[in-house]
Amino acid sequence: MELADLVATAQREIAAAQDLASLDALRVRYLGRKGRLTDVLKGLKDLPPAERPAAGQAVNRAKQQLQAAIEARREALEARAMEARLAAEAIDVTLPGRGQSCGGLHPVTQTLERIEDLFAQAGFSVAEGPEIEDDYHNFEALNIPAHHPARAMHDTFYIDEHTLLRTHTSPVQIRVMQARKPPLRVIAPGRVYRCDSDVTHTPMFHQVEGFMVDEAVSFADLKGLLSDFLRAFFARDLALRFRPSYFPFTEPSAEVDIQCVICNGDGCRVCGQTGWLEVMGCGMIHPAVLAKVGIDDEAYTGFAFGLGVERLAMLRHGVNDLRLFFENDLRFLEQFG
Amino acid sequence: MKFSERWLREWVDPPVDTAGLCEQLTMAGLEVESVTPAAPFFEGVVVGRVLSVEAHPSAGRLRCCQVDVGSDRPLSIVCGAGNVRTGLLAPTACDGARLPDGTRIRPARLRGELSEGMLCSAAELGLAEQADGLLELPDDAAVGQDIHACLGLDDHIIELSLTPNRSDCLSVGGIAREVGVLNACPVHAVDTAAVPPACEAAFPVTVAAPQACPRYLGRVIRNVNPAAATPLWMRERLRRSGLRSIHPVVDVTNYVMLELGQPMHAFDLDRLEQGIEVRLARPGESLRLLDGQVVTLDEDVLVIADASGPLAMAGIMGGAASGVGERTQNLFLESAFFSPGAIAGRARRHGLHTDSSHRFERGVDPALAHRAMARATALLLEIVGGEPGPVVDVTAGEYLPVRKAVALRARRLQRLLGMEVAPQKVQDIFQRLGCAVEAVEAGWRVTPPTARFDIAIEADLIEEVARIHGYQNLPVVRPRASLAIEGGVAPRRQRHRASRLLVDRGYREAITYSFIDPELQRLFDPERAPVALSNPLSSDLAVMRTSLWPGLVQALIHNLHRQQKRVRLFEIGMKYIKQHNEIKENLVVSGAVTGSLWPEQWGAAQRPVDFYDVKGDVEALLRCGGRAEPRFSARPVHPALHPGQSAALLDERGDCHGWLGVLHPRLAQALALEQDVLVFELSSHIIGEDAIPVFRELSRFPAVRRDLAVIVAEAVPAGEVMDCVREAAGPLLRQLQLFDVYRGKGIVSGKKSIALGLTLQDFSRTLTDAEVEALLERVLAHLKDRLDATLRDQPGKDKER
Repeated sequence: MELADLVATAQREIAAAQDLASLDALRVRYLGRKGRLTDVLKGLKDLPPAERPAAGQAVNRAKQQLQAAIEARREALEARAMEARLAAEAIDVTLPGRGQSCGGLHPVTQTLERIEDLFAQAGFSVAEGPEIEDDYHNFEALNIPAHHPARAMHDTFYIDEHTLLRTHTSPVQIRVMQARKPPLRVIAPGRVYRCDSDVTHTPMFHQVEGFMVDEAVSFADLKGLLSDFLRAFFARDLALRFRPSYFPFTEPSAEVDIQCVICNGDGCRVCGQTGWLEVMGCGMIHPAVLAKVGIDDEAYTGFAFGLGVERLAMLRHGVNDLRLFFENDLRFLEQFG
Repeated sequence: MKFSERWLREWVDPPVDTAGLCEQLTMAGLEVESVTPAAPFFEGVVVGRVLSVEAHPSAGRLRCCQVDVGSDRPLSIVCGAGNVRTGLLAPTACDGARLPDGTRIRPARLRGELSEGMLCSAAELGLAEQADGLLELPDDAAVGQDIHACLGLDDHIIELSLTPNRSDCLSVGGIAREVGVLNACPVHAVDTAAVPPACEAAFPVTVAAPQACPRYLGRVIRNVNPAAATPLWMRERLRRSGLRSIHPVVDVTNYVMLELGQPMHAFDLDRLEQGIEVRLARPGESLRLLDGQVVTLDEDVLVIADASGPLAMAGIMGGAASGVGERTQNLFLESAFFSPGAIAGRARRHGLHTDSSHRFERGVDPALAHRAMARATALLLEIVGGEPGPVVDVTAGEYLPVRKAVALRARRLQRLLGMEVAPQKVQDIFQRLGCAVEAVEAGWRVTPPTARFDIAIEADLIEEVARIHGYQNLPVVRPRASLAIEGGVAPRRQRHRASRLLVDRGYREAITYSFIDPELQRLFDPERAPVALSNPLSSDLAVMRTSLWPGLVQALIHNLHRQQKRVRLFEIGMKYIKQHNEIKENLVVSGAVTGSLWPEQWGAAQRPVDFYDVKGDVEALLRCGGRAEPRFSARPVHPALHPGQSAALLDERGDCHGWLGVLHPRLAQALALEQDVLVFELSSHIIGEDAIPVFRELSRFPAVRRDLAVIVAEAVPAGEVMDCVREAAGPLLRQLQLFDVYRGKGIVSGKKSIALGLTLQDFSRTLTDAEVEALLERVLAHLKDRLDATLRDQPGKDKER
């Protein structure tokens, strides 16, 4: 057979090879030690010497051609095999993932942590105190003696005559001031209790009390801190107002209103059509309170503030019923991540 | 405090509208709670005069009236009211009128007779809750005039939510004074000039408790007209302040209280014996109050008494026997100053809260007594007539509150407010507030008016300056502070870490009440007496929890009842334990789990969560504390837990730091639970310690893993097998992994096979096969010796790690 025909036949057969095994068989048949092209090469010695170089070159060319063809085919076959494998292994990526689901923190905890984080930025540390308190820390030391009308505002749960469930976290302020010396920047978060239950009151809720005592703390500082805090908490440039109020443990005292976050101050059901929401109570620490804990009110001044955590959580998340916080219904909890 | 805006504007009329006035009040610390119209919407009602009344031809209770409403002819109106009579002036709804309840008035035939309008009662106009008969208008009412104009209904009822320090604003006069200060405009007080006596009649007064009652004024008024009625204008003002008209004399005392702030009381003189004595109650004395209840009086309660005993709880409520009534002809009028300390708390003790006690507890201006007596006398003479006797005045001046001068330093004012207020302005503010001001070196000396019980120290004066200057006009600055790094954050951070870990393991945080149902408490923790509230809100919130489980399981049940089958809840909070007369608050981390281990998903075998799943969560929690792990022990047993599927967490001394397990089936039954519930509770201190991890050298030599399966009796706990292996293997054992427990084919009944993987490693060299074999021999011998364990087979082909 002519060399050209041989190459042509071989190339046809290589191109037709459907798997690596038959391709290898072709390689052996044409290029192997006893292969057809090797035979041709061996036959060169029968040619006249003058023709040998040209014939030799032709055979070598043919050999290279076939080798290249086999290599190309191999790559093609391998690529096809990979494709086939990948196709066979393909899965439905739209099926849901598996494993444990994530739970979530209670919205009150999330709100508390947000409050703590914001005050931490201004260097306020966190202090805690007992929930079952004595009359002294909850009332007396805060300038609320027995029979003071302000006690009527605190519907108190009693354990016995002198022991009660704290009605606010303000007693922590007393405990910290008794234990430490100014300068002080502290917030006291925690559970508080009032003997009251209706649509807008639960017998247990959370408060954050905060205070700062230093050499030159003024009402202007209080306004500045709380303005920063409320704007950061609601993450918007809220209008807010401080108006005179009364707490036995601060003087002057103020109530802080923010522009209603539901209606932006236009008036709605939540703000009672006033456009304002009462969110915090605050004031300059009463000299009698400082005197009770042995802080010289000539050397130091301080402010204190208190806020209801559930109230802030309700406003931030648009929750319309306080009682939901303590039902622990998964359909409620799941909405907060 | 509720009042009519028009009434206030008679005293002081600043050039601001209703909204502006309310804004001013709120921003001055007198918070406006609500503003409502003085009457609900109605129209087409005018003053009508009844010209004639005739019987209805076919209905006995109805009358046919001719009513002049100022138009060219009278209207025919059929009326059923008992008090309709010729000459009566009454509100008349004409054709087209609309009443508050939406009724539209049209001419109609009533039992055959034409009725062209309607004569109205106060209730029908929304001016009273109920009424018997038509609203009788004063004789000088102008026929045909719109009833709004006639009754001044173009008015607002403003309700203030007053803080307890501002008792001076518990009257229209007091609020007027404040509005006058805010607007710098004049206040027109009513005439309170003394009314001279018209007779000699007097009733003796002695005050035995002058400290509690430094001032007592009494006055007799003889021969009042028992048939007199309270004029409509006064009834309307009382109504707009939320008070019902009761009796003309009582109405006058209430009116004066609202107008001036002085609570007063009127006795029926003919029911008093010998003389008035103001004293403390004596042991065992009791009194039937005006509201009908009989109270036994404590000895610290001040009473107004006569020879027969207590007549009234001073400053709180009068007695039923001595009050004025329909037949009262002679009055004894009281206007007194009771010390706040003598009144405070007494009313509440008896479940009482009256307009009088509210004011006296907070402080009534002691200078008001005379003015109020004069004003009340004048009003009574006008309304019920009679002859006033002289005023008997028993005043113990030494016990009247004294308003001391208070020093205000300009520097202190500036320091506390963060701004300088011009001295002229400070002086002006105090003068407008009715204080006596004296400029002294570096500040002022300010004497507050008698009405102000809340100004006693420098800070109070600073608040007044801030308040009148306007809180909104004070500067806003950021606080400056010395920065310090404080330690002590670890416990809180560990708590955060624990909550995150549970969240990541599929738990949702719950917050449950700290107080629970004692019944539930007994079910969960029968051996411990809880801390009980002495005044619980309800029986199901009566004792402090000694475990978080009752609350969590309740929340879990709440969710099971709402079609949730898989619930995983945790809570971090206090439990309250009574210990030798002391109450301890212990912070714990608790969880309650039920349902399948995994959320519903495809392609994975589903099974209910079991003890070991929850134990895995507990172990993870313990590990995040970085402290040596406590032992899980089947004993002791918690009464709320399944004795065969629960464990106590014990430390090396045997102290218990927590529990986990399946709820006891008996408890589950009592709670009507139909699926297993697993719970855990750990003291926070075993996960809360921020132990510092200490570095251990890493070995550079390869580890060898050998697996062993041993057969032991069923009763031998796996933990003992592992302890035994650890003991025998010694320090070369880097890790011990239990990877299978097998019972059944190939194992004798009553025995089980436990498969363990031992990872061995040395720090200084590669272990030889001989060393490893020797070690395994030692382990097996020890197991045989201690636990009668035998080797099952030797799957232990080397698994080089």
